[in-house]
Amino acid sequence: MNSTSTQFVPSRRMGLCEPMPQVGMWNDYKENNCMHTSQPVILEVDSRFDNQSEDTSHGTVGPSNKYDQEENKPVDKVMRRLAQNREAARKCRLRKKAYVQQLENSKLRLMQLEQELERARHQGSYIGGGLDTGQLGYSGTTNPGIATFEMEYGHWVEEQNKKIADLRNALYSDIGDVELGIFVDGGMRHYFDLFAMKATAARADVFYLMSGTWKTSAEHFLSWIGGFRPSELLKVLMPHLEPLTEQRRLELSNLRQSCQQAEDALSQGLEKLHQILSETVADGQLGEGNYLPQISAAMEKLEAMVRFVGQADHLRQETLLQISRNLTTRQTARGLLALGEYFQRLRALSSLWASRPRGSA
Amino acid sequence: MEKVRKLTSEKGVMIFSKSTCCLCYAVHMLFQELRIKPYVHEIDHDPDGKEIEKALSRMGCSGPLPAVFIGGELVGSTNEVMSLHLSGSLVQLLKPYQNLS
Repeated sequence: MNSTSTQFVPSRRMGLCEPMPQVGMWNDYKENNCMHTSQPVILEVDSRFDNQSEDTSHGTVGPSNKYDQEENKPVDKVMRRLAQNREAARKCRLRKKAYVQQLENSKLRLMQLEQELERARHQGSYIGGGLDTGQLGYSGTTNPGIATFEMEYGHWVEEQNKKIADLRNALYSDIGDVELGIFVDGGMRHYFDLFAMKATAARADVFYLMSGTWKTSAEHFLSWIGGFRPSELLKVLMPHLEPLTEQRRLELSNLRQSCQQAEDALSQGLEKLHQILSETVADGQLGEGNYLPQISAAMEKLEAMVRFVGQADHLRQETLLQISRNLTTRQTARGLLALGEYFQRLRALSSLWASRPRGSA
Repeated sequence: MEKVRKLTSEKGVMIFSKSTCCLCYAVHMLFQELRIKPYVHEIDHDPDGKEIEKALSRMGCSGPLPAVFIGGELVGSTNEVMSLHLSGSLVQLLKPYQNLS
C-alpha cells in the first residue's frame, strides 16, 4: 500500500501529485489509489482528523451530529469515509486527466523534436556554407504555418500507422466488401488530407516543402517534387494487386506510362523555372551592389513554385483515384496496405540509418 | 471574343500561354511527348493579351494559364489536362491531330 501523507504534495515539475510514475506504472497507481474504496485515500488534512476524537466536527464531510455520538458513531464514520472516498476519487480522476494531458503534450513535443533533429541532420548535407542558412534551417520555428504543418504531419503519420494496422486486420478478417470499402475510403481520404495540408504549407513556405526536410531521409531520397513519384508507386504496387485480368494489367501499365509522361513534363517545367530564376537573379550588372529590381522580379518566379508543388500533388491524387477506379475494393485495399507499409519501411530505414553507430572518424 | 474563337477553331490543338509561365511550358512538353505539335499563343507577346485573358475566364477557364483547346473546345488548365491524361482520355482526344507533327 502506498504511503499516505507524503503522497499528495503537488509536484513542482508537473503540477501533479508526487511521486508520478512512468506510463507503465500508471495502472499500479490507479489500482492503489482510485479503486479501493474500502481504504480511504487520505489527505494530509484528513489524516490528522482520523486520530482525533469523534467529538470534533471537522467540516469536511456531511452531517456529523455532536449530540447523538453513541448511536451515530458507526454511521458517522461510514459517512465520513464515503465522503472522503468520493472526494479522493474525484481528485484522482482530475489528476489522471492532467497526467494524460501532460503525456499528450510530451508526445507532441517529442515528435516535434524528432522532426527538428531530422531536419538538423539534413542541414549538414544540403546547406554547408550557404550564406543564409538561417532561412531554411529555422523556418520551422519562425514560421507558424510551418510549425503547424510539422505538428499536423506528425499526427498524420501516427494516424496513418493506425489506419494501416486497421486495414491489415480488415483484409485478413472475414468482413464483406462494403465494410472493407469504408476502410479503403478512409485510407484514400487520409492521403488527400495530406495533400491539402501540403497545399496550405506551400503557401506558408514552399521551399520548406520542396526541401523535403519534413520527411524522413529515405523517403526524401526517393521523392520527386515534394512527395512520392506516382509512376514509381505503381511499380511498387502492381505485384500486390494480382491476380489481374489482362485488361486490368494493360490499363495499369498505361496508367504508369501516362504518369511517367506527366512527371517528365512537370520536371521539364521545373527545369525551365530553375533557368528563369537563375537568369532573373543574375540579370543586369552583377557586382554593383544594387539588386532590388532583380530580387523583386525573382519573387514572382518563386510564386510559380507553389503551383508546381500543387500540380505534383494533384498528379499523386489522380493516380490514386485512377488506381481505385480500375480495381475491386479488395484489390484497392491490398494496394493501399502495400503502399502504406512501403512508406513505413522507408521511415523505419531512416530511423535505423540515423541511429547507426558512427564509425571511427 | 472573336480573336479567341477564330484561333481555337482554326488550330486543332492550341495552348494559350505566357512565355514566362513554366507550367504552360510543362503542358507544351507533354503534348510534344504525345507527338502533338500544339499551336502556342503567348498572350504576353500579344497586345490584346489582357482581353484574351478576360475572354478565357468568361469561357470557363477557371484557373491561371495555360488554357488548352482541342478541336475548338476548351479542355481546361493543367489540372484538367493531367486528369484527362491519366484516365487515358487525352490521347483519345488528340488522336486526330497526332499525324500533324
